[in-house]
Amino acid sequence: MNQPALPSREILVDIYRRMTLIKQNDERFLAVIKAGQIVAPYYSPRGQEAIPSALSVSLTDQDYICTIYRGFHDMLAKGVPVRMLWAEVAGRTTGTCKGKGGPMHITHPQSGVMVTTGIVGSSMPIANGLALAAQIRGEKRVAVAYFGDGASNIGAFHESLNMAAVWKLPVVFVCQNNGYGEHTRYEIATSAARISDRAAGYQIPGITVDGNDPLAMYHVARQAIERARSGEGPTLIEAKTFRFQGHVFGDADSYMLKGEKEAAMARDPVPAYRKWLIEQGHATEASLAKLEEAINAEISAAVEFALSSPVPDISELRRDVFAQEVLS
Amino acid sequence: MNAAQAQTSKPLNTIQAVNLALDEAMRTDPNVILLGEDIADEQAGGIVGVTKGLSQKYGTSRVRSTPISEQAIIGAAIGAAIVGMRPVAEIMLMNFTAVAMDMIVNHAAKLRFMSGGQTHVPITIRTMTGAGFGTGGQHADYLEAWFAHTPGIKVVAPSSPADAYGLMLACIFDDDPCLFIENMPTYWNPGPAPQPGVRIPLGRANVLRPGTDVTVVSYSRTVADCVAVAEKLSKEGVSAEVLDLRTISPLDMDTVLQSVAKTRRAVIVHEAVKAFGVGAEIAANINEHLFGQLKAPVGRVGAYFSPVPFAKVLETEFVPTPARIEAALRATLK
Ligand SMILES: Cc1ncc(C[n+]2csc(CCOP(=O)(O)OP(=O)(O)O)c2C)c(N)n1
Ligand SMILES: [Mg+2]
Repeated sequence: MNQPALPSREILVDIYRRMTLIKQNDERFLAVIKAGQIVAPYYSPRGQEAIPSALSVSLTDQDYICTIYRGFHDMLAKGVPVRMLWAEVAGRTTGTCKGKGGPMHITHPQSGVMVTTGIVGSSMPIANGLALAAQIRGEKRVAVAYFGDGASNIGAFHESLNMAAVWKLPVVFVCQNNGYGEHTRYEIATSAARISDRAAGYQIPGITVDGNDPLAMYHVARQAIERARSGEGPTLIEAKTFRFQGHVFGDADSYMLKGEKEAAMARDPVPAYRKWLIEQGHATEASLAKLEEAINAEISAAVEFALSSPVPDISELRRDVFAQEVLS
Repeated sequence: MNAAQAQTSKPLNTIQAVNLALDEAMRTDPNVILLGEDIADEQAGGIVGVTKGLSQKYGTSRVRSTPISEQAIIGAAIGAAIVGMRPVAEIMLMNFTAVAMDMIVNHAAKLRFMSGGQTHVPITIRTMTGAGFGTGGQHADYLEAWFAHTPGIKVVAPSSPADAYGLMLACIFDDDPCLFIENMPTYWNPGPAPQPGVRIPLGRANVLRPGTDVTVVSYSRTVADCVAVAEKLSKEGVSAEVLDLRTISPLDMDTVLQSVAKTRRAVIVHEAVKAFGVGAEIAANINEHLFGQLKAPVGRVGAYFSPVPFAKVLETEFVPTPARIEAALRATLK
């Protein structure tokens, strides 16, 4: 973790705060789902915390993201209120989407989370459109498209990179390469040695970074965001990482290489970064413990809020289909 | 009166009518942008020239020729629409919507609902289709039923230049995604001028020809054939009421039911294949509401259950011919 210009202490701790929020949120989710208090499909992002945390500190609420079913880390890092996230997953009216979207479709424009898609490969074309609007209007906003390694084998990925390149759109493509698409290992499905190599086909910068190294991720993301913001066009970032909980809650992991997951978990980015922050004197044990406690309390309040919120009225089936209700 | 308005006072064809509507929309709202293959003037203003002159007038930032990337085109339109623009995306031919189906069906149509109304996608997808040019099985399908079966997207199919103008304006300024189907073989047919700047409301059928004996429901190209058949039968004393749906979804069943309650006979005509088509939905609705009042089973006329064929003799017979429409009406009147 020896990078040239170290970000400020505030930023360093802010990255940790976001990572911790994601990690704790995940742990609570698994507990609540296991306890049967919430029934919902859950694609855990545990292990991938550093990527959006280190990236989002260089974004504002004015910047946009499009993410995927696994993107709870992306949403939380971008600032979706924890209680609204929980309420949505619980299918309650107080959720981000009034309980009508669910975990795979969290939307929260106030924090810039514009689309969450359950379709592999579909975050990129829409991020382009968000970026296009900013470009046409002369706004300095940036759009980030998050997606997985498997998604880079979808046609829309290639269409999107090409279009963003020829139009120099202010967009950053962030591929979170966790080594698997569902149960299929990267090498079995993907011809490129590195996903970032694919950027060459579109004549845009492509860079592979250790997505579990917050500082490396911070620098790479910052550069790509600045490039986009200054009108120089898109960047493809491949952030290498690993998912600790398999593809979806209940995944048996039988398809993984022996020892692979254990080894990755031993290198858990969250405690590693915590240790580093303290060792380097950027934070104290006490200050981080306090921060963790506050996050824990926030999540507890969110769970309580979600579970005590009302479920939607059946009349919601007619609302938000079109601008005006259509009888059928 | 500006130049565009002056032009609208004389007859025009659908290419000119859509061009005028796009021009009017772009002139009045800077959020209207156009995306599509070959649409800018440097690329000749579209393959039949619908967008001719617009990039010269409004610039290539707003009138963008795109890569041949249907998913990226619709995706870009969706993203821009979510943050307040009103993109008009052209998918050159309706069969090519198949390539962008995920963007249209899973995203454009559903984001309003899935976001709990926080976002919406006011895009218009222009596309053209229709048999008659010998283009065979992948360039002439009517696929409106695919989209009408999807909650959240409006499906609009004008039958005349003036309707194309008014409905196009309505689609662009509608807050929902709209699929706008232009019939290719009749593009060059002239028709009366539209009223400048006037939008035709979506979701409302047009009673094109009043009558009392039988209701004929149609949209897009086949409307003209239905009117012609109605005229022919009027000489035998048959009074046929012709309804042009204009908007396929949301479907204006009220107007259809009102008409059929009066005539007690109905025939639905469309160029799309008959099986599993829009006609089936309308017929089922009529049965649900007017069973017992009908004097004859509801008739349907559509294309054969076959890909669009090439050989002229097959292509001509594939679509609902005036003879088949007439036969269906006569069967209902028996
Ligand atoms: C178009 C499409 N095909 C298949 C699926 C089913 N599916 C859901 S997630 C997934 C794996 C995607 O892998 P990757 O892009 O690497 O993302 P990850 O889940 O690893 O974060 C698949 C195949 C889908 N949702 N969408
Ligand atoms: Mg993956």
